[in-house]
Amino acid sequence: MPEFEHLWSPIKLTLELATLTTILLLCVGTPIAWWLARSRAPWKEAVAAVVALPLVLPPTVLGFYLLLLLGPNGPGGSIGSLFGLRSLAFTFEGLVIGSVIYSMPFVVQPIRNAFEAFGDRPLEVAATLRASDWDAFWSVALPLARPGFLTGAVLGFAHTVGEFGVVLMIGGNIPGETKVLSVAIYDYVETLQWTQAHVLAGGMLVFSFAVILSVMLFEKRLGRVGK
Amino acid sequence: MKADRAAIEAKFYGPLGDFHIDVAFTAPGYGVTGLFGPSGCGKTTVLRCIAGLNRLSGKLRVDGELWQDDASGTFLKTYQRRIGYVFQEASLFQHLSVRENLLYGSKRAKEDGPAPISFDDVVAMLGIGHLLGRAPGALSGGERQRVAIGRALLSRPRVLLMDEPLAALDRMTKEEILPYLEALRENLSIPIFYVSHDMSEVERLADTLVLLDKGRVAALGPLSELQSDPALPLLRMPEAAVMLEARISAIDENYALTSLDIAGGTLVVPGRRGKLGKRCRIRISASDVAFVRGPVPETSVLNYLPVRIVSITPPNGDDPQLNLVAALGEDGTGARIVGRITRKSRDVLMLEPGSQVYAQIKSVALLS
Repeated sequence: MPEFEHLWSPIKLTLELATLTTILLLCVGTPIAWWLARSRAPWKEAVAAVVALPLVLPPTVLGFYLLLLLGPNGPGGSIGSLFGLRSLAFTFEGLVIGSVIYSMPFVVQPIRNAFEAFGDRPLEVAATLRASDWDAFWSVALPLARPGFLTGAVLGFAHTVGEFGVVLMIGGNIPGETKVLSVAIYDYVETLQWTQAHVLAGGMLVFSFAVILSVMLFEKRLGRVGK
Repeated sequence: MKADRAAIEAKFYGPLGDFHIDVAFTAPGYGVTGLFGPSGCGKTTVLRCIAGLNRLSGKLRVDGELWQDDASGTFLKTYQRRIGYVFQEASLFQHLSVRENLLYGSKRAKEDGPAPISFDDVVAMLGIGHLLGRAPGALSGGERQRVAIGRALLSRPRVLLMDEPLAALDRMTKEEILPYLEALRENLSIPIFYVSHDMSEVERLADTLVLLDKGRVAALGPLSELQSDPALPLLRMPEAAVMLEARISAIDENYALTSLDIAGGTLVVPGRRGKLGKRCRIRISASDVAFVRGPVPETSVLNYLPVRIVSITPPNGDDPQLNLVAALGEDGTGARIVGRITRKSRDVLMLEPGSQVYAQIKSVALLS
């Protein structure tokens, strides 16, 4: 069935995008979540609101501004020119940047909640046991916040896999470069290729169910160990 | 000078809620120093300042080492201070086993030289050997607190800070842990600061007492001195008592009685209470002491001791009883005990400071 060969490209691209985005988000989101959980700055909720914006903004609005930002006349264009690109819009790199911003609240919020849930006490205990702040962060805060990281990573991954509006705005529909799963399904439906749409949509359904189920089982097991 | 070097010199001042903390004290570098006072008097804050968990203005020198000095801008962070801290709730790390909890501090204190007390000794002293492989969630409240104490000891502290370690526990569990704390006092060479609002804990554990009231030091000194000081509130408490150091001096096998030497006299308590020469701590409650003029009558009470009255002070309010402090011995040079008498008794017996009478002690509690 030669026509199914085309199915693999968007799946691979989507998995690459979601994996890269999730890794970047854990790196960028953790310090932000830590700061939001522990800072006493009065304007920290304003920062939290900015991080949460993608939750309420229509993806097309976000996509529009990202397009301006990443386009040849925006900062993204100047950065892109360093790598010999005219613009970051309609590239895989641009898509990664957009996804990081778009999925940020789904990663930051659970991690922040987890950091806030255990309060100051474990960190104070660690300090009285000769652990520096950095040491306590790695040896106490991160392990205690593990369920939050798991939830954040899964939500960030899943949300990136399912993103559509932003991709259309800043990525377009370039096979192998920006044509991700959701766009591909849309395409197949548009062109009445129901079989291909079925395979992709059904695959997504099974995949999503498996992810959520395994996360729930894993969290339950973690909970039992902690108690 | 050596005693000075080992001592803990603290001075903290600054705002705390709706009042000011302003404390300065020097505590001995050995034994248990109780920080005692009503809730909200600032005792926990003082302890947290010693640990560096809170920061007020002031100065702190521990064992000859400067931990805080505003004049030179010195302020060691908590992790740089060699302390052991036991919180009110055990606060074990939930993601680590009991063994990993115990080793958390000792791993990080390795460069401080050899451990003064080994892992096995700590485990044996606290009776937690059978818990090592468990998760903290599988322990009882008392077990958790014992592990927390062990964890603090293993981080090689120069001073052990305990913030109401028994306050969150029920009465039974408290009684189960107190012997372990008494063992700490006996076996450790480092000073212990013990914060509590429960006088019965302080009586059992403290050698020195810092009495705090509304952010200030109301009194500081050996426990029994403060307990018998008519100027302090301890004597006016309903459960007023004195704690005295005693030594077993004789055992009457025939009647099963134990004689205890205290400063200025000897007491007899029923039962064989230990080996000859053993040191122990006894508690004499004000309500168990009566005062007798003249020759000793024939009674079933064993303990009659000559005393000299030091002070008779009126209580606050309309309490009909007077607080009486007396010193053991005909010359009044021995340990002080406290008692309660009515105004009528004072007048009938013509008691006044300096009077030589007998104290009849109905019961003595042997604590350790």
